[in-house]
Amino acid sequence: MTAADVVIVLLGVVAVGSGVLVVATRQLVHAALWLVVSFGALAGSYLVLTAEFVAWVQVLIYVGAVVVLLLFGIMLTRAPIGRSEDLDSGNRIVALVVAVATAAVLVTTLVRGFRSAYVPIKDRVGSGSSHTLGGSLFQTWVLPFEALSVLLLAALIGAIVLSRTDIRGAGPEPEEEDPAPRRRPAAPRGVVARRLGTAKRRTGPDDEDTIVLSRVDEEI
Amino acid sequence: MIVVAAVAVVLPFAAALVGMLFGHTVSHLLSPLARRVRKPAPGTARRGALVLARRMPANGPALIAVVPVAVSTVLTAVLAVDQLRHPASHVGTLTRVPTGTVEITLSLQVDGLASVVALLVCCVALAVQIYSVAYMRDDPRYSSYAAFVSLFTAAMLLVVLSGDLLVLYVGWEVMGICSYFLIGHYWHDRATSRAAVKAFLVTRLGDVGFLFGIFVLGLAAHSFQIREIIGRVGVMPHTALLAGTLLLLCGVAGKSAQFPLHTWLPDAMAGPTPISALIHAATMVAAGVYVVARLYPAFFFAPASLAVLGVIAAISMLGAALAALAQEDLKRVLAYSTISQLAYMAAGLAVGARDGAVFHLLAHGAFKALLFLGAGCVIVTVGSNLMSAMGGLRLAMPVTFWSMTVGFAALAGIPPASGFFSKDTILSQAWKAAHDRGTPSAGGWYASTPLTTRPAPQGQAVVLTWTVKPRHMMGAPVPHIPSWVAWLVLVTGLLTVVITAAYATRTWLVTFFGERRSAVRAREATPLMRWPVAALAVPALILGFFGLGSAELRPEWGMAVISLLCAAAGAGGVYVVWNNDPALDPVRLLGPLRPVLRAAFYLDTVYDVTIVRPVRALARLVVHADERVVDAGVEGSGRGARRLGGLLRATENGNAQAYVSGLFAGVVLIVVAVVVLT
Amino acid sequence: MHLVYPVVIAALLFAVGVYGVLARRNAILVLMSVELMLNAVNLNLVVFDMRWADRLHGGQMLTLFVIVLAAAEVGIGLALVLLIYRNRRTVDIDRLRTLAEGDPDPDSDVGSMTDDEGVRR
Repeated sequence: MTAADVVIVLLGVVAVGSGVLVVATRQLVHAALWLVVSFGALAGSYLVLTAEFVAWVQVLIYVGAVVVLLLFGIMLTRAPIGRSEDLDSGNRIVALVVAVATAAVLVTTLVRGFRSAYVPIKDRVGSGSSHTLGGSLFQTWVLPFEALSVLLLAALIGAIVLSRTDIRGAGPEPEEEDPAPRRRPAAPRGVVARRLGTAKRRTGPDDEDTIVLSRVDEEI
Repeated sequence: MIVVAAVAVVLPFAAALVGMLFGHTVSHLLSPLARRVRKPAPGTARRGALVLARRMPANGPALIAVVPVAVSTVLTAVLAVDQLRHPASHVGTLTRVPTGTVEITLSLQVDGLASVVALLVCCVALAVQIYSVAYMRDDPRYSSYAAFVSLFTAAMLLVVLSGDLLVLYVGWEVMGICSYFLIGHYWHDRATSRAAVKAFLVTRLGDVGFLFGIFVLGLAAHSFQIREIIGRVGVMPHTALLAGTLLLLCGVAGKSAQFPLHTWLPDAMAGPTPISALIHAATMVAAGVYVVARLYPAFFFAPASLAVLGVIAAISMLGAALAALAQEDLKRVLAYSTISQLAYMAAGLAVGARDGAVFHLLAHGAFKALLFLGAGCVIVTVGSNLMSAMGGLRLAMPVTFWSMTVGFAALAGIPPASGFFSKDTILSQAWKAAHDRGTPSAGGWYASTPLTTRPAPQGQAVVLTWTVKPRHMMGAPVPHIPSWVAWLVLVTGLLTVVITAAYATRTWLVTFFGERRSAVRAREATPLMRWPVAALAVPALILGFFGLGSAELRPEWGMAVISLLCAAAGAGGVYVVWNNDPALDPVRLLGPLRPVLRAAFYLDTVYDVTIVRPVRALARLVVHADERVVDAGVEGSGRGARRLGGLLRATENGNAQAYVSGLFAGVVLIVVAVVVLT
Repeated sequence: MHLVYPVVIAALLFAVGVYGVLARRNAILVLMSVELMLNAVNLNLVVFDMRWADRLHGGQMLTLFVIVLAAAEVGIGLALVLLIYRNRRTVDIDRLRTLAEGDPDPDSDVGSMTDDEGVRR
């Protein structure tokens, strides 16, 4: 077991441990913060694995942007800041079984496949530098890169359209959203409609959401 | 000649078609013409012509109905004249329908028998159509009524003139359905529609046997053509012949209302009276007898069938006559009398008197149509079917009275009228059959002796003569039936003469003599109804004399005297009883027997108990089983599928996480399977 | 270095993400778990890029692309979550049952389990 192995195992323990905390914590904001730790540990792992540029991009985008975005989301949905007991759905047992089974299958397969695989890390130093990657990106991978930029543009426009309410058809119409209970009498429909109405009134103008979201997209 | 026959058949059919579709259109087209005819005061025209002129042109359906039948009457008269001059059997074939085994031939066969009966059918149909114009004047559905009568006429002519048994069967069934529609003309009355259904079902019961009889005979003879079948009667297997003729007898009993299947005919009187006259007295019910006469050689070589026919006829004859004696309803009296007289014809066929039977068929067609039409006049005048409401109509309705007197005389067998001669022929043949065992060499006899006709002066009556005289004997040959059957026929025939005379006299007296029993002011029916009755009285009166020209049909004096004595006994007895107290019904003497006879020996009740109720119970059982077993199975499977679906639906609860859980679990399972299995 | 360690870490991280996606009720937490799964994949990509010493650096390139895609996905996902929140006043996934047939009331936990329709006659 080399030093690199030790380091990566430690970082991995941190990443997996904070990941577990992300999915197990009772506080929404803590989950986001544990996510930061997990992403950070992963960035460290990338460094050990000689992928420096990816590591920095990880820090920039994930830790810097995505987590901030998630925190915004938490804030805009008016989630409770403190401890809340109902963050887990009734699906926990099934989820646990499926997750453990997934882990068991993956780990078994990978361990059997790569038990003796060894890579001398010294030979790879510098292979993940921004220089190397930049050359590769703008020579070999330039076409996927351009396609990706179009995709980002589409995502940007989509996010704007979804979050603005003054665009026709942006949000689903209440009638369409309304499940339209056929066999039920009119009373539940009225309740839903009333609730929707109050929701609109309480949120008020949605401009700020839109602005924030689009700005975040631009950042990305 | 075949073309003439074909046109005679097709004309009423076309009339039915046109009348059904365009009856009222023609009325509209003709109404201006009718107004023009009506406007100038027709002082010079005769009164009857005036009536015709007034009514006919404006009545499109009536015009469509009457004119083609009149033309057909002329055409069949032409046929009959031709048969007289050149007696021969013409067969014309339109086409052959290949069926894989035995071909069906669309053909007509005109011979003496067919042309005579066709003429009878046309005459009666014409009389009935004219009569109906007045009788059904106020009926809103007169158009369809007249069309059905035309259709019936066409079908009956097809039966009479057909040269192929299956074509005959087509006409036979069309007659049945027309009979159903016409009995049920007043369908909104429940009893009427039930009577129609009953008639339809009972005759269908017989027709099943009839159809299979046709199949048996046709397959045995390798042809459905009547001429071929008759020609091969001698070489057919005897079993096939016997089975075929017995099966045919089922249809004959159903159509001609003989003993086990006769119960529909009295109920059929619920239909309009002209229909009773045409279909249920003169023509359709005679079709059964006609078919036996047409295929007589086949029956002749199967004496067992003839014996069965004789027994059936004897039972029907006596039973129906007794039932007729006690009826209250005028039309039901005539209905039972029809059964009884048809049984006479069947009895005549059973003892070998084919020509006598056909003779009686013609005579009966004339006088029974007359009686029914006359009864219609009486009923219209009195406003009731019941004889208890009639009486004393003699002076008020002279034409009807005298015509019906002729009819009753013919029915009872009083000498100058036709019924005497025709009945006598049958009875003397029965006497001969009871004594003489017949000649074994009678085979092939019928093939060489066609029945021919000679036109009557009026063009309505016909005379029957044998152009080829019987060579070695007087009268017809006697089939090999057991002598007790012949005795049975003879004895019941004579008894029936007594009873027939009794009920004819009783009906005559109660209807036309004595006190008036209803407050209605009786007066003669309209001319359009009166004329046909009077016209039919002529053949009913004189038809019998034309039989004198034939050795076959000439009455034998011994039997004539006996039957005349019998008739006189019956009529005289009733007259004596009636004369004691003209206000009362002479049938009161029957005492406790009267309700039994009135209910026709409770045969309807017996059928109800033994057949109708068990069938209904079975039907209820089937319905119950259908509801409780089959439906339960169906609905249960539906519910089961729903519950099962509900179980599956429990997973489709809309929770996306559950879906994704399933997805992941599936992927893991697949991966495990792939890893383990490879 | 031994490949088995980072690979196992990636697998575990992925399983943790699976658990989060399946077990968490809040839509934003589900999004976070999705990010965890994506990162596990990224780790694998980087490891195998190093293992095969790819001159074109396909693995690391794909990692970058995935990071970009993840960012876009989070943006769209959050927009959707906000929209749902605006319409429903909730982002609890197990209360959004409009996928279900039958009882469509989003407040009902029973969903469409009722069988109140008799067999149609």
